[in-house]
Amino acid sequence: MRPLTEEETKTVFEKLANYVGRNISHFINNEDPHVFRLQKDRVYYVEEKIAKYATCVSRAQLFSVGTCLGKFTKTGKFRLHITALPLLAAHARHKIWIKPNGEMPFLYGNHVLKAHIGKMSDDIPEHAGVIVYSMSDSPLGFGVSAKSSLEVRRLDPTGMVAFRQGDVGEYLREEDTLFA
Amino acid sequence: MGRRAKNKQGVPPTLEEQTQGPAPVRKDKKNKKDFKVTKPDRKTKKVKEIPQLPVEEAEEELPEEEDDDVVREKMTLFDDSDDEEMDNDEFDIEDGSDDEVYDSDDETHHKPMFSDDEGDEDELNAANMEAMSRRLDDEEESDEEMAEEELMELMKQHQNPRAQILPTAEAAAAEAQLPPDLHVVRTRILEIVKVLEDFKGLAEEGKSRNDYTTQLLKDICSYYGYNEYLAEKLFNLFTPSEAIEFFEANEVPRPVTIRANTLKTRRRDLAQSLVNRGVNLQPIGKWTKVGLQIFDSAVPIGATPEYLCGHYILQAASSFLPVMAMDPQEGERVLDMAASPGGKTTYISALMKNTGMVFANDVSKPRIKSLIANIHRLGCKNTVVCNYDAREFPKVIGGFDRILLDAPCSGTGVISKDQAVKTNRSEKDFIQLPHLQKQLLLSAIDSVDANSATGGVIVYSTCSVMVEENEAVVDYALRKRPNVRLVETGLEIGKEGFTSFRGKTFSPKLKLTRRYYPHTYNVDGFYVAKFQKIAPSPQDKTKAGAREKEEAARAEEEEERLINDDFAAFDNEEDSAIIDSARRSQLRRKGIKPLPGKPKDKKVATKDE
Repeated sequence: MRPLTEEETKTVFEKLANYVGRNISHFINNEDPHVFRLQKDRVYYVEEKIAKYATCVSRAQLFSVGTCLGKFTKTGKFRLHITALPLLAAHARHKIWIKPNGEMPFLYGNHVLKAHIGKMSDDIPEHAGVIVYSMSDSPLGFGVSAKSSLEVRRLDPTGMVAFRQGDVGEYLREEDTLFA
Repeated sequence: MGRRAKNKQGVPPTLEEQTQGPAPVRKDKKNKKDFKVTKPDRKTKKVKEIPQLPVEEAEEELPEEEDDDVVREKMTLFDDSDDEEMDNDEFDIEDGSDDEVYDSDDETHHKPMFSDDEGDEDELNAANMEAMSRRLDDEEESDEEMAEEELMELMKQHQNPRAQILPTAEAAAAEAQLPPDLHVVRTRILEIVKVLEDFKGLAEEGKSRNDYTTQLLKDICSYYGYNEYLAEKLFNLFTPSEAIEFFEANEVPRPVTIRANTLKTRRRDLAQSLVNRGVNLQPIGKWTKVGLQIFDSAVPIGATPEYLCGHYILQAASSFLPVMAMDPQEGERVLDMAASPGGKTTYISALMKNTGMVFANDVSKPRIKSLIANIHRLGCKNTVVCNYDAREFPKVIGGFDRILLDAPCSGTGVISKDQAVKTNRSEKDFIQLPHLQKQLLLSAIDSVDANSATGGVIVYSTCSVMVEENEAVVDYALRKRPNVRLVETGLEIGKEGFTSFRGKTFSPKLKLTRRYYPHTYNVDGFYVAKFQKIAPSPQDKTKAGAREKEEAARAEEEEERLINDDFAAFDNEEDSAIIDSARRSQLRRKGIKPLPGKPKDKKVATKDE
């Protein structure tokens, strides 16, 4: 387990900024200091105090600290995992709420259709990171918008509003590959 | 009534059932209190039924009255419909002021209640109402008593006290040829149990208790499918009739239960949204604020959006208990030594409200995956997951405020979940597992900070009912680490641990530990012990890893076996000397002078155990 290098930090922050925008400052400046840690190509976001205690555990035996944000691919890109959702949702900038009839299709890994939209933020540009919520405000996943909010109004019901990148259904579908 | 009313479980008992139903204790009490109760009860209940959860809330707020001890007598972890009904009754008594409204609205409903009371109702008026009701009760009671007595007499007459139950040798041989007739076997089991209950009165002449038990065990093996070793072990834990109840309970699955994740939602909200999905549920019982029991469900309970969002986790009711006993506080540092699949770890984390830190350890890599998945799904941010042999602690890190050791065990408490246990447990398991458990418990004790301001607590639990894995292990730890003592688990229910078992005596403190059986509480068989560490010990700073500890434990076991096992070992040399001298004196008595040396060698050669 080690802190991120300059370059890694940049990659991770760029990715996070897609979803949380300027709110990214909240990740670092909060009352109990949090840190980013890299362990076996995975990036964890954790309270500093816990990170210090976790140094007692050897690298081979440490499987998770705090919240896993995602992993670095072999080519050096950073991939967000669904485990980062609570954090993203807490600081989200663009939001989409989907109706109950759209929940299951989304959780099975489908993209978000116009017909399923309950409401959405007004100012979403095209290709911006969005967080998907159910109508009862529990976060279901995240993705990128396919159209800007304005264009969505003119879209027909089967039109795509957002491309899915992660959804909580992955906890079941990807259990073998997602964790360690 | 809308969808909610439809989802309300179980049809409430009909009026007849309520007025005539057995439960004389309950009825008695109620009637003494207020005669009118039974009838308006139904009415008010109907009104109240519609908002399901508010009723439950109200229940919780109500002051406990005399029904309390009835509930306790019942001693089950699950509130069943009876209980609920009782509570509702109680509730209705409280606001009995609106009784008149219902009384006056229609007389037709009034009548059926007295239909079996032979026209007494003509004389009924407000003045003599109470007296009459008491009279009716008394009458009914005495009637019942008489009927019971009669029944007993009849039984005595009919029962042939010396019935031949055991098969003769020929019959047994014939039976062995054929596949077992389960019906016959079952009847015989019940009959033998009856005999064993009253051996003096019912046993066949010339048959010993042992004959009966042997046959019973054989039948249990063939009927329930246990191996002989395990059947005998389990049988010895209970009285014969209780043992049969236990075996029966293992054939029935335990209720499905879930735990609401208080980090993300509240139980009431969760229950509401699950009910809307067509799930039939009810709070588990008064003892937990986060458990829900699922009766049936239109959707798979492990794949609802609520589940995926981490609002709840499927968790057996029994595995709430060790965490509740541990009682973690906010800001503490806690270790869960065998954490997978994370039900207990996430519960600890939820009780600590994501403060402090939780070390979740598990020895198996594949199982760690589900642990990490659950931790993330339920939103626990204060965890560190590691993959050690738990005996490595405190070498890895020590000084914890609280430790939970849910030890690997034979699983004799969860046979209903895993029927394979019935056949694949042998004597070897009951030597190896306790050996491991003892080492783990000592490691746990050594990893706790005795000077912790808030904690210094170790909780040991298994899902086994065996004494070897429970009391014996705890007793061992008490002997080995005088700086810990057993404390109250803080769990209201559960049977006391054994202080002696089949000739072995344990510390009297073992009364403070708790046992749970499937047949008494309808939860998995379970055992919980809670220790408090009162002083540091020299072992706390041990730098020994798992291997050194294993070696030390083996060496010690070698040494200790002499004292603690039931049998002393044979000492050939010492024995041969005694045998030899006895032989010499015998020869001398016969007038033969024994030759020195020669026969002694021979004896040593032949006498090896």
